Amino acid sequence: MQPVNIPQKKAEGNIDIKISSAQVMAYRTKLWFASPTPYLMFLGLGAFIFTWYILTEVLRLPRFEKLPGPAVAIKEWLSPDPTYGISIYVGEYYQHIIKSIFRVLQAFGLATLLGVPLGLFMGWKKKFRDYTFPILETLRPIPMLAWVPLAILMWPSREMAIIYLTFLAAFFATTLNTLLGVDSIDEVYFRAARCLGSKPRHIFFRVVVPGALPFIFTGLQISMGVAWFSLVAGEMLAGEYGLGYLIWNSFIMVQYPNIVIAMVTLGFIGWISSAIIRFVGSLLMKWKVREAAL
Amino acid sequence: MQKYSAPTNPVAGKISIQNVTKVYDPDGANVLALDQCSLEVEAGEFCVVVGPSGCGKTTLLNAIAGFHDITSGRIHLDGELLCSENQMADPGADRIVVFQHGALFPWYTVLENVIYGPVVQNKMTRVQAEEAGKGLLGQMGLTGISYNYPSEISSGMRRRVEIARAMMNDPKVLLLDEPFRAMDALTKSVMHKYLLDVYDLSHKTVFFITHDLEEAIFVGTKVVVMTTRPGRIKKIIRVDLPRPRDYRVLSSERYRELKMEALDAVHEEARKAFEAGERELA
Repeated sequence: MQPVNIPQKKAEGNIDIKISSAQVMAYRTKLWFASPTPYLMFLGLGAFIFTWYILTEVLRLPRFEKLPGPAVAIKEWLSPDPTYGISIYVGEYYQHIIKSIFRVLQAFGLATLLGVPLGLFMGWKKKFRDYTFPILETLRPIPMLAWVPLAILMWPSREMAIIYLTFLAAFFATTLNTLLGVDSIDEVYFRAARCLGSKPRHIFFRVVVPGALPFIFTGLQISMGVAWFSLVAGEMLAGEYGLGYLIWNSFIMVQYPNIVIAMVTLGFIGWISSAIIRFVGSLLMKWKVREAAL
Repeated sequence: MQKYSAPTNPVAGKISIQNVTKVYDPDGANVLALDQCSLEVEAGEFCVVVGPSGCGKTTLLNAIAGFHDITSGRIHLDGELLCSENQMADPGADRIVVFQHGALFPWYTVLENVIYGPVVQNKMTRVQAEEAGKGLLGQMGLTGISYNYPSEISSGMRRRVEIARAMMNDPKVLLLDEPFRAMDALTKSVMHKYLLDVYDLSHKTVFFITHDLEEAIFVGTKVVVMTTRPGRIKKIIRVDLPRPRDYRVLSSERYRELKMEALDAVHEEARKAFEAGERELA
């Protein structure tokens, strides 16, 4: 079927070019290394660690003398025979890490699976939103620590209570951001979609979902952050294994370098998990990646 | 590709607007936006509605498109009732709107935007639609951008793609809501030429809204001047300039006569609107 007769113009040897995201990313990475940014970042990090080293291990100023310094922590971390039992050569260290990651993944996965569809639906259907929004808005500002007693009462095991606390924080962040993402879509796209003969399901999958994606991914990054936050709080209170437990336990047992090791490990894992989310986001939102390049 | 033949007599796309009134009531104070408007747009006619900002031009377009209801009156498309006081029109692919600020989906490539209509309506498979879409983009002089996203092409290009997306559905009526408003004069003149080409060769009914009088006379077959709020139809001017038109028409004697005629009608309304302190609404 020929849609319509339209003025015919000669193609001037122009060929449609498909650029893959991988190409775009490789090019972007090259540019990044050519810019001063990565080197300045390392310099900043180095200066920070150096200052910390001077304060705690060289000058040993009051209030700083009790804190574990970077040299001590790094030496302990890399030691095959660590004084306090935690280093990269010790299996227990990895048990703590894996336990924490596993808990976060369960909670974050569940929060995403429930929060994204809920947020999309709340944004899309006015009536559904009217029913649910007040509940969400009242529960959301309650600090996660306030949930601890109820979480312990609600769930048969401590393990489940920790995952529940982690889930709850992530769930609110994801749902709210998804909802805002639907709100952010210009009305004109809904009108255009209806003009072009869309049924409600087309509007949902071809306008609501892609239109909300940038906000959803911002929400997932926030959600990952608060998930780690709640997890550590939960593990400190009621854990057995996990990085939060390791921090608290090392404090009680006066094994201070372990605190630094666990904290830096948390920071690193948190950074990696954020980067993974950003990467998945850029795969799903090629149009945003290209837009940013202009 | 076959060379395009002379336009055949268009059979579809006659819009009949009868006594349409629209009252807005956002904060208790009734605002009469359209007052007893009646207008016949023949099939294949290029109808341009001009009027000061806030005169209800867009209200009329939105009623035809199915975005707003009307308070009384009726609108028919090819004899079928589109909307009346108790029935809002359903937006559909027979009346496609090209929006003032553009509405290409930023998350789809140019080609994906163009094939959107036939694919969701199940009129073509994706493969067929891509084939047809590339053909249409080629015919419309839009080669080399199929896999670009809308943010990567110029605003003039985007508007042309949006017109292509509309034409892909073979609509009965094209509804254009000040589509060239935000463009610079140079881009605008290119866009006029482009739109006239599309019109001359497809002979779709076009319902075009603008506040630019010169644009109205240059592109239209019929220019409808509306009064300032409440919107009424003040004057209908038949533009008998020969087609195909290009910029040379702008210096013809007939063009100047028509422009004077329209100016007389518009000027009075513009002054009234100005005195009423109307802010830019439309």
